[in-house]
Amino acid sequence: MRDRALRLAGVGRGITVLALLGLAGVYVRALKYTPLELSQGAAQKIFYVHVPAAWAALLSISVCGLLSVLYLWLKDRRIDLAAAASAEVGVAFGVVMLTTGPLWGKPIWGTWWTWDARLTSTLFLFLLFVGYIVLRGVLTDPGVRGRFSAVIGIMGLVLVPFIHLTVYLFRTLHPAPIVLKPSAPSLPSAMLATLLSSVGVFTLFYVGFVMQRYALGLLRELREEELAGAAR
Amino acid sequence: MGAVLRAAWLIAAKDVAIEWRTKTAFASGLVFAVLVLAVLFFSRDPTVVSSHDIAPGALWVTFTFAAMLGLNRAFLLEGELRGLDGILLSPAPRSAIFWGKFGGNLAFVGLIEAISILLFVPFYDVPIWLRFGELLLVIAMTTVAFVAVGTLLSAMVVRTRYAELMLPLLLLPFLVPPLVGGVQLTAGLLDGRPLSALSGWLKLIGAFDVAFVTLAALLFQVVLDE
Repeated sequence: MRDRALRLAGVGRGITVLALLGLAGVYVRALKYTPLELSQGAAQKIFYVHVPAAWAALLSISVCGLLSVLYLWLKDRRIDLAAAASAEVGVAFGVVMLTTGPLWGKPIWGTWWTWDARLTSTLFLFLLFVGYIVLRGVLTDPGVRGRFSAVIGIMGLVLVPFIHLTVYLFRTLHPAPIVLKPSAPSLPSAMLATLLSSVGVFTLFYVGFVMQRYALGLLRELREEELAGAAR
Repeated sequence: MGAVLRAAWLIAAKDVAIEWRTKTAFASGLVFAVLVLAVLFFSRDPTVVSSHDIAPGALWVTFTFAAMLGLNRAFLLEGELRGLDGILLSPAPRSAIFWGKFGGNLAFVGLIEAISILLFVPFYDVPIWLRFGELLLVIAMTTVAFVAVGTLLSAMVVRTRYAELMLPLLLLPFLVPPLVGGVQLTAGLLDGRPLSALSGWLKLIGAFDVAFVTLAALLFQVVLDE
């Protein structure tokens, strides 16, 4: 068990190193080989970090929600650990998304923040998962911790469309989708290629991070069991 | 079904009886509502912003914090003397516990809201009686939304050491849809707009009610599971 966790952490580390190299490549490509956007100029370059980070955050949180459902069904502790790993990595990507967004917003929108549908829903989802992690921290019994976090994970999954709809009824300022929409992507192919490679790199980061965090969770549980055994 | 309803009624009646004897929710709700309504009233420049403009927001801020007070209290009560364990040991069906606590919490929060409204009318000089029926519907629907989620979450946080801190942290994201809807609907109604013009918000809160009352009732079993 211990060896397997260590091996998993090693593979995760390898994938992360690979992703770091990829990120360097994405930076070079985005700054040197991708054309400047006409109206936004250099500020638009942050798009190649912001959008992939948002994608990775959304991916982590969806995976956490689905694993939560699965945990309540199968009651396997490893699923709980994987869901928690995914949530923690998601919060990290959320920080990247929520800092790069305002950095771009200030010169382009003229304001750091706006209460638009997408911004508001991601902010509150982010806060919910911060709550998820805090809750895990204050619960000591692994069974209770697993069940309670699964409940929050599932509630979060159901909450997202509601928050989105709420602010949609209010108003919106965020750029409309340009890639994932019914018609063809309205992004020049050079920019699209940069974006997609960056999305690939961030997905790689996600996989690497989650594998390491999951392995760490496993090792921690093993250690706790050892300590409990020694105390007895 | 009959047994569930009867047990739920007993659990809710127990909470209401405790409140009747101690009057803690009533007293704290009263002081709290005066505090929030007064602070918001004095936070604006009366020559620029009329009290009518901030009235819907003030009302809902009062409701939210007052409700948080009521929810916290409802489960702390069970936690302190291990009352929840007593209920779990009793032959009451598991599903009755959720509906009982839900009903008790609705009574608390409703009481605090009634006090807030009574204070709100003279303080802010808002003629709420012109649209009282519709306003009551909006308040009831929104209250159901956050009491359902609050009942579930408070049953969880009471098992932690930091219950009073954890509840707002976890509950806040869930308050966004019903609260924004409640404020929008209240503002619209007080502006004299017909309810049909605001149906989008009403549908949103209605859907939220259905989704989260169901979800909370189901997940409550998972929370109680030993």
